[in-house]
Amino acid sequence: MADVSEGLTPEVLMDMYYHMVLARVLDDRMWVMNRLGRAPVVYSSNGHEATQVASAFALDRGHDWVVPYYRDLALVLAMGMTPRDVFLHLMGRADDPNSGGRQMPAHWGSVDLKILTTGSVVTTQMMHAAGIALAAKLKHEPTVAMATFGEGSTSQGDFHEALNFAAVMKLPAIFLNENNGYAISVPARKQMAVPDVAARAQGYGIPGVVVDGNDPIKVFEAVRAAAARARAGEGPTLIEAKTYRFVPHSSDDDDRAYRSREEVAEAKKHDPLVVFEQELREQRLLDDTQHKAMLDRAKAAVDDATEFADTAPDPDPSTLGRHVYHEAVL
Amino acid sequence: MAMTYLEAVRETLRQEMRRDARIIIYGEDVGVRGGVFRATEGLQEEFGEDRVMDSPLAESAIVGTAIGAAINGLRPVPEIQFADFIFPAVNQIVQEAARIRYRSNGTFGVPMVIRAPYGGGIHGALYHSQSIEAFFAHVPGLKVVMPATPYDVKGLLAASIEDEDPVLFLEHKGAYRSIRGDVPDERYLIPLGEAEVKREGTDVSIISWGMTVNSSLKAAENLAKRGVSVEVLDLRTIRPLDTEAILETARKTGKVLVVHEDNLTGGFGGEVSALIAEHALFDLDAPIRRLAGPDVPAMPYAPSLEHAFLVTPEKIEAAAQELAAF
Amino acid sequence: MAKAKGKAAAKKQVDGGLSTERLHEMYYHMVMARALDERCWVMNRGGQAPFVISGQGHEAAQVGTTMAFDPARDFLCPYYRDLGVVLAFGVTPREVMCGLLARANDPSSGGRQMPSHWGHAARRIITGSSPVATQILHAAGVALAARVRGEDTVAAAFFGEGSSNQGDFHEGLNFASVHRLPVIFVCENNGYAISVPVSKQMAISSVAARAAGYGIPGVEVDGLDPLAVYQATEAAVARARGGEGPSLLDVKVVRLTSHSSDDDQRSYRTAEDLAAERAQDPIPRFRSWMESQGIWDDPQEQQLMTRIKGEVDDATEFALASPVPDAATLLDHVYAP
Repeated sequence: MADVSEGLTPEVLMDMYYHMVLARVLDDRMWVMNRLGRAPVVYSSNGHEATQVASAFALDRGHDWVVPYYRDLALVLAMGMTPRDVFLHLMGRADDPNSGGRQMPAHWGSVDLKILTTGSVVTTQMMHAAGIALAAKLKHEPTVAMATFGEGSTSQGDFHEALNFAAVMKLPAIFLNENNGYAISVPARKQMAVPDVAARAQGYGIPGVVVDGNDPIKVFEAVRAAAARARAGEGPTLIEAKTYRFVPHSSDDDDRAYRSREEVAEAKKHDPLVVFEQELREQRLLDDTQHKAMLDRAKAAVDDATEFADTAPDPDPSTLGRHVYHEAVL
Repeated sequence: MAMTYLEAVRETLRQEMRRDARIIIYGEDVGVRGGVFRATEGLQEEFGEDRVMDSPLAESAIVGTAIGAAINGLRPVPEIQFADFIFPAVNQIVQEAARIRYRSNGTFGVPMVIRAPYGGGIHGALYHSQSIEAFFAHVPGLKVVMPATPYDVKGLLAASIEDEDPVLFLEHKGAYRSIRGDVPDERYLIPLGEAEVKREGTDVSIISWGMTVNSSLKAAENLAKRGVSVEVLDLRTIRPLDTEAILETARKTGKVLVVHEDNLTGGFGGEVSALIAEHALFDLDAPIRRLAGPDVPAMPYAPSLEHAFLVTPEKIEAAAQELAAF
Repeated sequence: MAKAKGKAAAKKQVDGGLSTERLHEMYYHMVMARALDERCWVMNRGGQAPFVISGQGHEAAQVGTTMAFDPARDFLCPYYRDLGVVLAFGVTPREVMCGLLARANDPSSGGRQMPSHWGHAARRIITGSSPVATQILHAAGVALAARVRGEDTVAAAFFGEGSSNQGDFHEGLNFASVHRLPVIFVCENNGYAISVPVSKQMAISSVAARAAGYGIPGVEVDGLDPLAVYQATEAAVARARGGEGPSLLDVKVVRLTSHSSDDDQRSYRTAEDLAAERAQDPIPRFRSWMESQGIWDDPQEQQLMTRIKGEVDDATEFALASPVPDAATLLDHVYAP
């Protein structure tokens, strides 16, 4: 994998695109599993892939932390989680690296990949990112912590407290808002009286940047700049990536109740996978053969993951009481 | 050497911070001012602004960021200025800190100690007097420590800081300056989950924790003069709970008085009573008795009302005497 | 006072529409707030009042804002420093002293709460607590109800700049702005959250800057000038009544005392800083302004001081003679009767 510091080489661009494709194929398969009755609930990154993959690629993966939320399938794949891991998690298997089958799907977490475990109550993770950044600063480590969250989360008090705390202490944190315009069914105009989440940065004395979340290159550049600023000791940045969710909030939701099919169709014209594919084709980095090979590779990985998870063992009921507290290594 | 409960808190923090560079303290007014009770006085001067920080006035942020800092290798000891102010941070404590190990299948942990002054009798009224332990004792994944004496403060605070899991360390405001005791200079640990018999007796067992242990000891002393032999068991930590020690004293005297300042209904005394009822009912010579704060939302300000609320040595004495005579 | 009336009438427009009577009323409340506050400290040092928390230095901000509201239809959600607010909204010095001394007839809580935890059902002042910033949400809710019920009511929340870091501040302003509620958020910014200076609370110099995040006006106001405060508040109230939604006022004041009687601000502020703030005392400043306008003179000042001392003495004596709460009432009012 190319070093991020080399910037957007053709290899990096193609790798980003692969992760976007992989996330979409995996995501589609999860819905199939759900409709077959094999996965009780699914949360999608469908539509957010450019923002998620590009932001991960802009970090120093392996050293920097991400503190994600439930929509971040593409993000965690780009951080190194495998399709097998994702499916073990989806099906609540014992070997699920995120939670050993304890949490609902899409509640990511991996010590090895520096992905912090997440809960369901939104916005708590912004505090945790600030805290990770605080520790990094006090330990004089060049680590950046990036929290991601939807625009609905920006109405929570924890959003405000985290941004204020990180700003006043000049912490190396990035707050990446994936603004898809809907908090489940509530449109952004009922969520806030401002058009841009980024406007809130003024209240903390930090930069607030709006970026086209369907354009991975724009997102990459914004996150890379924020990371450089953070590492230089200049404090946090609020980035608002405008994007769209092409599917319902979850497999338990039906978005026809709150938004028109025309609106969704219009948004799909800006599908980040389509936009980026065109970009790569124009740059002559991608042709039909390569495209098909990439899709086949993603499908094979997803097939493998599905089969692997299907036969993986469930958690032993006798482990119900474990890991409430630290278990000393004997 | 002899010192107050408050000095024990401060000197233990100092000793631990000298020993372990990962320890940081932050909260409202803990830096320049040294805390509103002066529990952190002088620590910023010794350890610098990086390790002893004034934070913005935002409890959820204090706890929530401490979680991240703990995960990234520090040992945060955040302070909530008054236990009554902890409620904006409940989501971060209950649903994050206490749950992170379990939800990550043991891969993440949150070693931190949240210090919070609790309790009344100091003209603190409804929002500077509460006992909050029952809310948090209900939470698996969290540990709840409530020392009664300066000696226990030191051993329990050091052990809490060393613990790999989140600990809520509740210090009674009334004890800060009124309770003194000998505290050795050298470092020592008191394991979390070990109760201590603070006074041996044969007629009645008083089971308590935190400040009311001291009130119970006073009551026991008075009762001894009247020929009633009272045993006082100090739980010291209510989660983990030393169930053996509870059952042992219950079996020994056969008469149990559970005392706490928190209000009665749903208070932790109910848990202690249920445990005895489940495992030692036939060793009892009298019904279990609970003495606790009344079921009003919190302690009122007017001295007449505050006194009526408080669990005083006199009330404990009367209840224990009655029980002895049963 | 009568002789000044003619001169004041000519200045009416310049003074933000306040008549001489209203200006005198403004000054009265400011001076009364200071005198009562000082008496509270005397009572504390004399061992009669266990706890005092002050509004000294905030009087112009408190009285100036409050006089722009209508006691007959608006609701206020003050915080613990707001002695000047509650006085200007109709709470009497006797009631204040009964609160200080926790008497049974304390209208805030019947002696249950600490002093300065204001609340007065008849005066449309909503009971407050000690954890800060909760009242910001209450004010938004009051405004929501007023709109649902079709009432021409504006609500106000008062709070310090420290409170603006709480999540409740953010949630309250966001909620009010989304729903365009008739509520005014008044930040009494004295630069200190107990001992923590504003530079360690936030990375911005003006709380008003936060308004941009909610799409509402954020106005910085000189809180030592009661007329500037009044005018800014009046404009915000007119906007709220006009259905245009909330406003945030960042009213810069000075804190002339320690945080409370349990604090000593000399341990975290320099003598120079404290002296500089003392020199900015809003009360002599307003008096000088009135004198310069020819609507105030020494005899009036002396008359006012005599009156206020009499009222403060009366309030003190009244409260001292009032009964303490009966211990038998400890269990009252946990639920509705």
